[in-house]
Amino acid sequence: MLCLVELDEAGVTDASLRALTFARSLATGGDPALAAVLFGPADLVPAGLLGRYGVTEVYVVEPAALDGYAPQAWARTLEGLLSVTLAGAVVAAGTDCGAEVLAHLGAITGQPMAANCIAAEPAPSSAGPDGTLAVSRQRWAGLLIEDAILEGTPALLTVATDAVPALPVDPTPVEGADEPTVHVHEPDLAPEDLRIRATVSAGREGGMSLATARVVVGGGRGVGGPDGFAPLEELASLLGGVVGVSRVVTSQGWRPHTQQVGQTGTKITPELYLACGISGAIQHMAGCGSARHIVVINTDPSAPILSRADYAVIGDLAEVIPALVTALKEQRAAR
Amino acid sequence: MEIAVCVKRVPQVGGRIVVTPDGQDVDTRMSGFAISPHEECAVEEAVQITERLGGSVSVLTLGPPEAADQLREALALGAHRAVLLEDGGREWGPAGTAAAIVAEAGRRAAEGLGYDLLLLGNEAADTGDYQVGVRVAHGLGWPCATGIKHLDVTGNGVRARREYRGREETFEFGLPAVITVKEGINLPRYPSLPGRLRARRAAIENYQPQWQPEGLRKLALRVPEQPRQQATVLGTGTDAVPALVRLLDELGVLK
Repeated sequence: MLCLVELDEAGVTDASLRALTFARSLATGGDPALAAVLFGPADLVPAGLLGRYGVTEVYVVEPAALDGYAPQAWARTLEGLLSVTLAGAVVAAGTDCGAEVLAHLGAITGQPMAANCIAAEPAPSSAGPDGTLAVSRQRWAGLLIEDAILEGTPALLTVATDAVPALPVDPTPVEGADEPTVHVHEPDLAPEDLRIRATVSAGREGGMSLATARVVVGGGRGVGGPDGFAPLEELASLLGGVVGVSRVVTSQGWRPHTQQVGQTGTKITPELYLACGISGAIQHMAGCGSARHIVVINTDPSAPILSRADYAVIGDLAEVIPALVTALKEQRAAR
Repeated sequence: MEIAVCVKRVPQVGGRIVVTPDGQDVDTRMSGFAISPHEECAVEEAVQITERLGGSVSVLTLGPPEAADQLREALALGAHRAVLLEDGGREWGPAGTAAAIVAEAGRRAAEGLGYDLLLLGNEAADTGDYQVGVRVAHGLGWPCATGIKHLDVTGNGVRARREYRGREETFEFGLPAVITVKEGINLPRYPSLPGRLRARRAAIENYQPQWQPEGLRKLALRVPEQPRQQATVLGTGTDAVPALVRLLDELGVLK
């Protein structure tokens, strides 16, 4: 089995560690080898960490052979490694990168690709030839699960980023434990594979990221207009968090789309999501359902969001939020 | 500039999503339908490009006869021509969908009116397959960029940008090309009254592509278990603020 592993400044991404955890559980079903495929300098390969996640072989493509993000060339590299390793499946994280590379690999190999799987196991032999998988995958950004049969050689799938937690085989690093063998791989690429290459520059969005914020203060239609967000911003700043908004707010042009929480915006995973004046359309819940705690401020006690939340205050956010801000400031001053 | 935009008719689900008793579909008896959100932005983007550079926008959909409604929505937003690829009452997989789009592009090219640019949504709101655009690009032999939030098109090339993990990625290549976009690339306009009237009268071309079985076979759909039930009400109005402050303290977010 091959698993595409994404690297960032901090090393292996959390989504890739989750994909490795998922791939490992599938690898134990048959073909025991779990090979990680990485693009970057060989001396930056965290072989010890990958070993703790059950990786037995590492194939690394160095910048001299292929520099930067080039999704079609990455897919062509994976295709080449299929014949080197005889892998029966290719797994990647269900990120923009993972989905894009596996979509290219699906097109190149003419095989199906199952996006955003939350479970996979060998299918009963009546379902198809050897290597056929029974998978469960997310539709509607996780609001619906599809149980399906994936019949493909190789089986191609991405792992939903919230499918499994990242778990090493053995949580405590062992000195001198078996590290995977690192192979420097030279991919065989055609000029057309290199047409699609990313030039990377610093992002435009400064400040704290909505996706990783510990507290998100959400504002919806109930905020009333573009001028109503100042108290939410002040509250977010007091709580060390950021403001997120519902789709109606961005489609009205009240706030930029970068602040949207939901199926077509950002998926958030804060400790606290404080949803103010948001009715709770199901597409919004797809973006905030992974919050540890959801607290609602809403005038309507029958709003759908109350059936998906932990706590609620029934009231007008235009009164409750300023009062909350005052109370928090007083409490802070008293400390 | 000849642009084709591929759109999908999807149910407008509101507060909850319900599966039909046979587990095969979303129950849409109580819901309306709309163009999948990313694709509504793709239509707007295409219209803006032709407003700048000239040319025409064709809008394509693979769906039931009722998907003509979504084609007319796109026409009302400014698309010039509409093509309905009838799905024969089946759910099509990504490879078959891509093949139907490639065949339509081939038909158009054979008429000497080939597309320069194909725009799709990054993923459909309902099936979330994340691959149709890429498969179309391979079928046509064109380059493809996905998840695009900023698009600059000139007479012979594209510059497409997206944010990924806090950094900006830019792709540049020549036309013809396939681009998949995400909501946020623009703010779609409201259809004008003349636009609506024109859309109502417009002819729609119909084709019946052949459905093919695919290697990913749906068994059933189900709604996942909800981690939360009904919220505990802390109180009403500003009277609830002391309880809310205590709760925030207990949740450990007041540090």
